[in-house]
Amino acid sequence: MKYETVIGLEIHVQLATQSKLFSGAATRYGAEPNAQACIIDLGMPGVLPVINETAIKMAVKFGLAVNASITSPSVFARKNYFYPDLPKGYQISQLDLPIVANGSIDVQLDDGEIKTIRITRAHLEEDAGKSVHEGYGEHTAIDLNRAGTPLIEIVSEPDIRSAKEAAAYMKKIHSLIRYLEISDGNMQEGSFRCDANVSIREDGSSELGTRAEIKNINSFRFVEKAIDYEVERQIDLLESGKKVTQETRLYDANKNETRSMRSKEEANDYRYFPDPDLLPVMFSDELIKSIEQSMPELPDAKRQRFIDELGLSVYDSDNLTASRELANYFEQALAIATNAKLTANWVMGEFLAALNKEGLDISDTPVSADMLGGLVKRIDDNTISGKIAKQVFDAMWNGEGSADQIIEAQGLHQVTDTGAIEKLVDDVINANPKQVEQYQNSPDDKKGKLIGFFVGQVMKTSQGKANPQQVNKLLKEKLK
Amino acid sequence: MTLDRKQIEDIAMLARLSIKEDDIPVHQTELGEILKMVEQMKSVDTDAIEPLAHPLEIDARLRPDTITEENQREKNQKMAPQTQDGYYLVPKVIE
Amino acid sequence: MYTHTLAELSKLLNDGSISSVELTKLYYERCQTYNSELNCFITLTPESAMESARTADALIAKKQNGPLTGIPFAHKDIFCTQGTKTSCGSKMLDNFLPPYDATVVKKLGDAGMVCIGKTNMDEFAMGSSTENSYYGPTKNPWDVSKVPGGSSGGSSSAVAARLIPAATGTDTGGSIRQPAALCGITGLKPTYGTVSRFGMIAFASSLDQGGPMTQTAEDAAMIMNAIAGFDVNDSTSLERENVDYTTNLNDSIEGVRIGLPKQYFSADVDPKTIEQIKDAIGLYEQAGAKIIDIDLPNTSLSIPAYYVVAPAEASSNLSRFDGVRFGYRCDDPVDLLDLYCRSRSEGFGNEVKRRIMIGAYVLSAGYYDAYYLKAQKIRRMIRDDFQSAFKEVDVIMGPTTPAPAFGLNELLDDPVQMYLADIFTVSVNLAGLPAISIPAGFASNLPVGLQIIGNYFSEPSLLNLAHQFQQTTDWHKKMPEGFRS
Repeated sequence: MKYETVIGLEIHVQLATQSKLFSGAATRYGAEPNAQACIIDLGMPGVLPVINETAIKMAVKFGLAVNASITSPSVFARKNYFYPDLPKGYQISQLDLPIVANGSIDVQLDDGEIKTIRITRAHLEEDAGKSVHEGYGEHTAIDLNRAGTPLIEIVSEPDIRSAKEAAAYMKKIHSLIRYLEISDGNMQEGSFRCDANVSIREDGSSELGTRAEIKNINSFRFVEKAIDYEVERQIDLLESGKKVTQETRLYDANKNETRSMRSKEEANDYRYFPDPDLLPVMFSDELIKSIEQSMPELPDAKRQRFIDELGLSVYDSDNLTASRELANYFEQALAIATNAKLTANWVMGEFLAALNKEGLDISDTPVSADMLGGLVKRIDDNTISGKIAKQVFDAMWNGEGSADQIIEAQGLHQVTDTGAIEKLVDDVINANPKQVEQYQNSPDDKKGKLIGFFVGQVMKTSQGKANPQQVNKLLKEKLK
Repeated sequence: MTLDRKQIEDIAMLARLSIKEDDIPVHQTELGEILKMVEQMKSVDTDAIEPLAHPLEIDARLRPDTITEENQREKNQKMAPQTQDGYYLVPKVIE
Repeated sequence: MYTHTLAELSKLLNDGSISSVELTKLYYERCQTYNSELNCFITLTPESAMESARTADALIAKKQNGPLTGIPFAHKDIFCTQGTKTSCGSKMLDNFLPPYDATVVKKLGDAGMVCIGKTNMDEFAMGSSTENSYYGPTKNPWDVSKVPGGSSGGSSSAVAARLIPAATGTDTGGSIRQPAALCGITGLKPTYGTVSRFGMIAFASSLDQGGPMTQTAEDAAMIMNAIAGFDVNDSTSLERENVDYTTNLNDSIEGVRIGLPKQYFSADVDPKTIEQIKDAIGLYEQAGAKIIDIDLPNTSLSIPAYYVVAPAEASSNLSRFDGVRFGYRCDDPVDLLDLYCRSRSEGFGNEVKRRIMIGAYVLSAGYYDAYYLKAQKIRRMIRDDFQSAFKEVDVIMGPTTPAPAFGLNELLDDPVQMYLADIFTVSVNLAGLPAISIPAGFASNLPVGLQIIGNYFSEPSLLNLAHQFQQTTDWHKKMPEGFRS
């Protein structure tokens, strides 16, 4: 039997606001337990929520970026359940009128195919606190610092058909929220995590199979592995005549398996109803327009501009726009270097290789975009050759200064003085009579290849500083 | 409207209230009578009526994203039933 | 001295006839003397009161006082007072010392008023008799075998017996107006959103509203000047220009159109009560008001709609009382579920548990549309009824309650009968309108309250109509015997 996999993702993105969704407490990560849980976050008797304007605007930005409609009025609702990390006994979330509805995003698959994944909705909600199960004996310890932190939950349609597609979609959303600067997207700290609804069905069937929900996946790698494992598990069940049960499962990265979560799922009835402490949020056209104008260029638009206006290849444009940091780095370097193709080569080549080698993020680079731009500029204006440039790059990486400083200090200027080059060329010709004879006796179509030997020799004696175009030109004239 | 024993138990569970087995009939009577009174609503045709969640139909006012609260943990935890190292403690939760 | 109104006390303090410290001692002594009989107070706060009184006297000496500076009063125990027990009438919060002040508490403190205690109430404001208090029932000073009304029964009883000149109350379905009526005092429920709910422990968020409980309409206006106004901490608080509620007190009431809904004068209402209300309306007519019969056809639906909406919101609002961060925790919980269920079952009283269960039920899967959504639709019908009425009339009048105070324990075992007594008050909350109850005579030797309902933000007119009535009658000056030491 052949099966088709059907996946929908719910991605939770922590918004990069200063304060919480409904209180003025800080959202900073890593504070002492409960030091950032104010009376409102704690659900003290009598307290009331007031909505954070920036969180609303960030959700709208996301909606506009995925071509969704912005719901007005949008309504907050209470989701009622008891859990120690949920102080009020309800989570303020959204049900019927989420801020963002009916969007979509294009994802490029490995084979280059572009696939559109529909986004059902994205709603704002408050995060819960954190439970610590170890180290307190017979107790669980509760830290409510995270309680009330704004999240958007982005719910996709079940349009995803493989673990790889799921990862590609997740990466695309991750890149987008970082472009929009609405989240730091930090997966270790839980700012970006997802739940995957996975089901399988017989190939060709139009009905959905019973799904399992895998909770709290916090890496691109795990989303692939967890789904792959889950699909195998479900196929095994069906093949052996058993049924898939609808349940919540947890992915264990150490064992690379998913397992059923027993406790949380005893027939929940969340009794959603509109939160009477909050009024509906309305969006005027002017407000939406002003948010639209404040939005940065989005990755797809940037990619197209790189192709159309900078003349970069599709491949280069894809790579350079994969993350906002890289695109920014490139554009900043380009502003100095001016040669787009050459800058792109250096950013994706030498620069990324060096980062990878040392396992650094762009933000940690010892060679700033301005520095790299300065280097590319010197290649472009023939001050140094590409080969020397690599040497200069290494020196910059080691903190020896800017490209110009290094070129100056180490005397790496390319020799463009015709007289000096002529002397070098003459020396090489005189020292290699045999090769000269061979060159002169060979047919024209072979000469191009043989001249390489002389160029190499000249470059070697000049320690790479001679301008290769000039060397080439002089050699051709003199060897006629 | 009468609620059966199971319904009373389910509601109590949803609301995290423990009820004594012997008291279930009392709850059945009391809740049943209240629901009977409430069910006068059933006879009213409300198909064309929009629900009213709030007496004043105005929209939300939003607050600027600024940090206005400082750490008040000590004060806030003064009357907490059980704390340790700044955490609130509850009986161990099995996940 | 203790029979003076706020307006009178304000003058006496201002001209130095008495100091705030003397006044505070006097009222505190009265509270101490009579509380054992009436059980109006859950907590008395003599130390902090004396401190506030001394501060007030210093301000008065420097002529930096306002109209309320130095006057003692009490808060309903639903308003959070930093460091002072705020129980909401519940065992659940018997040990609760709020880490903050409610906005209303802050505002009256800023106005220089001297809080001498926290008054008794039905647990979490759920009730119409103040019998549902963990701290025992409050008695009606007119007849201690009767209830004072509820849920703000501690406040109404204390003001009626002149143990304090004024108090705060909250009104979710009549909890200011009904006890005011049953104890013969003045109680104003403002337009929803006028008085901040921040720090007022929530019962039903879309219905709750705080307000003054006083001897006179003029006093209510003075308190309103201090507590009304926009609050950034309450999303449902309204941004409006400041109103001086005393400005219109002496306006002429000639030509005012008064609507009498036939539903408020039906055969189910106590005839003696109706008689008193008709006499009162006769006085308005004499003063030049026009009396018009009107129809509020959905009045009877207000009780069912209210007893869906209010418990639904309450069931959610009261979920935070889980024994984890504050409040009552049961002994030796064996696991988390046990902690939740026993803390809540032991910490809440019967009426609260009943309403939590009703609320959970009407919101639960499969019942939401039939109950909660239906009630919200009826809520609109009720609001629309009022809006059509206000096209023809300026205010609506009728009895605040269908009968005077009932006996202690009389309705305790019959919740539905108790709920039905809220018939004239709950529709006002569902619509979010302002309404005032003022003393309008006696029936069977018990006070009768006249309710005046106005359109949104019509508090100045309501206070004007009430004040004018109090210029020609002395019902509001009557005081029960036995509290005159």
